Amino acid sequence: MVAETSKNISVTIRVWRQPAADQPGKFVDYPAKDLNPNMSLLEMLDVVNDQLERIGEDPIAFAHDCREGICGTCSLVIDGKPHGPHHGVASCQTYMRSFEDNSIITIEPFRAKSFPIVKDLISDRSAFDAIQQAGGFISIRTGSAQDANATPIPKDIADLAMDAAQCIGCGACVAACKNASAMLFVSAKVSQLGLLPQGQPERDTRVLNMVAKMDELGFGNCTNQYECSAACPKLISHDFIARMNRDYLAASFRTAFKPKPAASGGGGA
Amino acid sequence: MATLNSNVPPGPLADKWRTYKSNLKLVNPANKRKYEVVIVGAGLAGASAAATLSELGYKVKCIVFHDSPRRAHSIAAQGGVNAAKNYQNDGDSVHRLFYDTLKGGDYRAREGNVHRLAEVSVNIIDQCVAQGVPFAREYGGLLANRSFGGAQVSRTFYARGQTGQQLLLGAYSALSKQVGAGAVELITQHEMVDLVVVDGHARGVITRDLVTGKFHRHSGEAVILATGGYGNVFNLSTYARGSNTTAIWRAYKRGACFANPCYTQIHPTCIPVSGDYQSKLTLMSESLRNDGRIWVPKKKEDCKKPPADIPEADRDYFLERIYPSFGNLAPRDVSSRAAKRMCDEGRGVGDTGLGVYLDFAEAIQRYGKQVANRANLHNPSKEKILELGEAAVKERYGNLFDIYHEITNESAYKQPMRIYPAVHYTMGGLWVDYNLMSNVPGLFVLGEANFSDHGANRLGASALMQGLADGYFVVPYTIGNYLATVKPTSRPSTDAPEFKAAEENASSIVKRLLAAKGKEPVNYYHKKLGLIMWNHCGMARTKEGLEDGIKKIQALRTEFWANVNVPGSGDNMNQALERANRLADFIELGELMCRDALAREESCGGHFREEHQWPDGECKRDDENFAHVAAWEFQGEGNVPLRNIEPLNYEFTKMSVRSYK
Ligand SMILES: Cc1cc2nc3c(=O)[nH]c(=O)nc-3n(C[C@H](O)[C@H](O)[C@H](O)COP(=O)(O)OP(=O)(O)OC[C@H]3O[C@@H](n4cnc5c(N)ncnc54)[C@H](O)[C@@H]3O)c2cc1C
Ligand code: SF4
Ligand code: FES
Repeated sequence: MVAETSKNISVTIRVWRQPAADQPGKFVDYPAKDLNPNMSLLEMLDVVNDQLERIGEDPIAFAHDCREGICGTCSLVIDGKPHGPHHGVASCQTYMRSFEDNSIITIEPFRAKSFPIVKDLISDRSAFDAIQQAGGFISIRTGSAQDANATPIPKDIADLAMDAAQCIGCGACVAACKNASAMLFVSAKVSQLGLLPQGQPERDTRVLNMVAKMDELGFGNCTNQYECSAACPKLISHDFIARMNRDYLAASFRTAFKPKPAASGGGGA
Repeated sequence: MATLNSNVPPGPLADKWRTYKSNLKLVNPANKRKYEVVIVGAGLAGASAAATLSELGYKVKCIVFHDSPRRAHSIAAQGGVNAAKNYQNDGDSVHRLFYDTLKGGDYRAREGNVHRLAEVSVNIIDQCVAQGVPFAREYGGLLANRSFGGAQVSRTFYARGQTGQQLLLGAYSALSKQVGAGAVELITQHEMVDLVVVDGHARGVITRDLVTGKFHRHSGEAVILATGGYGNVFNLSTYARGSNTTAIWRAYKRGACFANPCYTQIHPTCIPVSGDYQSKLTLMSESLRNDGRIWVPKKKEDCKKPPADIPEADRDYFLERIYPSFGNLAPRDVSSRAAKRMCDEGRGVGDTGLGVYLDFAEAIQRYGKQVANRANLHNPSKEKILELGEAAVKERYGNLFDIYHEITNESAYKQPMRIYPAVHYTMGGLWVDYNLMSNVPGLFVLGEANFSDHGANRLGASALMQGLADGYFVVPYTIGNYLATVKPTSRPSTDAPEFKAAEENASSIVKRLLAAKGKEPVNYYHKKLGLIMWNHCGMARTKEGLEDGIKKIQALRTEFWANVNVPGSGDNMNQALERANRLADFIELGELMCRDALAREESCGGHFREEHQWPDGECKRDDENFAHVAAWEFQGEGNVPLRNIEPLNYEFTKMSVRSYK
């Protein structure tokens, strides 16, 4: 499918247009002509938008910022695939040379019950922030940390934590999953912090609270289809989901049977 | 005329901050929650400040234009963060980091600020590790370091090629903890469009909700801006597309001085522009210059030929030729300017002629033979050497070669990379004193948005350090000193006339933009502005060029307001309007940058005036007349702004000539 020549190409884009969250949407076709194949898909949208603006029409709204695959803002379903035809890249790293001359490219927003559409190609992923706020942290007050080298961390553990930490919070895993599950995203954060010694004190509450929040926000269950890691621009492994499931079970068990400390506080009369 | 007192405390350099800190006024813990601090921005600087101030007990409101704080442009930083930990035992110290940073900035930063930055750098690493930032480690489990430009020690901490991402996610997690606990009110997708000043003090901001288009008023006892850099004034840069100047520009128009706006860093190794549709330039790490050789054809007519067809004798390895002692590792500003000169002579490569080669062929041969030798392969075939050499280069730079391939569809193993300098960082920003407070009391400015610590040139891996220093370890102390002088819960009502006036100002700009209904899209003007800035206020500046640039920008401004077409309305999500609103400010800022560059009749760091150079092309500073900060003060629409001066008094260091020979 890759256009190997450096000849310019022309395509038709079939874009989801929806004026606002509470209004119906539909697909609209736009021509995009004479494109340099080294142009990115987002730059192609810029060109189409310039044309629309020039004649006073509403440009296609789409989310983007860094345009180099790290901020997690871009979020397009391209020809049915979250982040498009290539493995391990974000929408902004998709180039026009990936498409045939004269083809029709369908572009939609990430869709999921918990990601309502804001406008056109933009969906609201603030549910991810809410999950993070429920427990995706280590409670450390600024200024109270010990020396950074006081606790050595084996290199393989640090490397594995880094593999998980690379998640860019884009939500492609949710958009790719038929259950709209957020397990890959949540497991990446839970695993990163759960692997490190600094994350141990809150390990149980973290996984319980983040999973509870995820369920509350309407994300679906994981049925092990692994569409999530296939769509993930950072190739986050679904092994982290298994790791989180083990953590979750252990935490539920420990919480149920943990002896409760006597209430402390006040300091007595 | 603004009063610019740096407020750097007296005393020996190494004791200034410690002594000052212990004498700062404090706010009673029970009173802290009666103070509301409005923070705009949640990059490294804003998120770290928001988390820490709320931990201290202040009521905090944190506003970002992004849909999540985790998307701030800090996420894109690659290389690393400096800290004077001396874990490598290679002789690093707070003083050495201080000195390197000051010298790297070509002696145009304050001694006191830079020393404090070096001091708190060590706390940053402790803090980040405690938060779970997975820095690179050695086999023994201790933290690893790499070396960066401008230093002779190894003091840069990193997390693969994603250091900014990991540091930001650490600060974001600290912020999220406070939001989850109800201690920070987080407001996303709101753009700050004006600063509210009441009785001479900053007391709030106006925001526009980017989803509904509605304006909102936010009142507080203090305001913090941590809104990042303004390099997108050049249109093409390594910045994220959304990075903008609106927050600090509108604060400037409310009286905050803008310091050294012309200090811009242009990074030599970026993937070049490939066409006029281009929206963004991508950085290729400086580390590549360890092994890559930079060249252009000697003859103009060879420029369009495939590089392999150009024989060795017809190649000009211009850095090696002009700077024999530094060669391909000549400093950033020098290398950038040299590449530009080659292209200006018509010897640039690639479709646009704006590119130079970064060639790994020799490195591949060298490594191939080395590996073969080590493996005791005698008389290896050419193919074998190539195979081994490519593998060795891949091990070192594989991810960068992959990015290059993704963008250009070319293999840098088979043919040289094409690179060109690109705008990367802005050292200028709102003027702040030692407390990080601007000349408008109650307005604090952190991170890349202020001008504080990098002088005329920033060293690699020092921006992340500064952002986190400001937010975690400086402003939490210094803001108390200000708030202790403000009555608790004395923030004005948002019905105050100043709020009303500021909102009307912001909404009138939006209305004017929508009313223009001209013929050209916003991007058309952004591209035009970018070209003017690049040609007149870019890597090499001249008096005539800058004067001409000012005229062109003024004309562009008139044309923009008359002929831009912003479709749609102001009462829903309108991305064209967002871009137009930001561009209106960039155009005005561009003019100020040219004025600043014109007034600074010297060359220093990233600011190169062709009239002021040594015979060898190095920057010729003029310490007698320009050892100062230029802080521009708005004088009303249509009037020439006032250039205020804060002298740089060096007590401990000698301003010397920065030489790389
Ligand atoms: C490609 C690249 C690589 C880099 N690599 C390194 C490196 O290796 N080491 C290093 O030290 N430095 C590096 N830098 C520089 C460094 O990343 C930045 O200087 C730094 O991250 C800036 O942080 P900040 O917190 O000041 O601003 P930002 O991270 O830009 O955050 C700005 C915040 O302000 C908000 N905001 C802005 N305007 C408004 C407004 N009007 N209203 C509401 N909110 C607003 C945004 O939403 C965002 O939250 C790199 C820069 C680039 C471009
Ligand atoms: S796990 Fe992958 S797909 Fe899911 S949010 Fe993170 S980076 Fe995106
Ligand atoms: S725009 Fe940042 S990841 Fe695509």
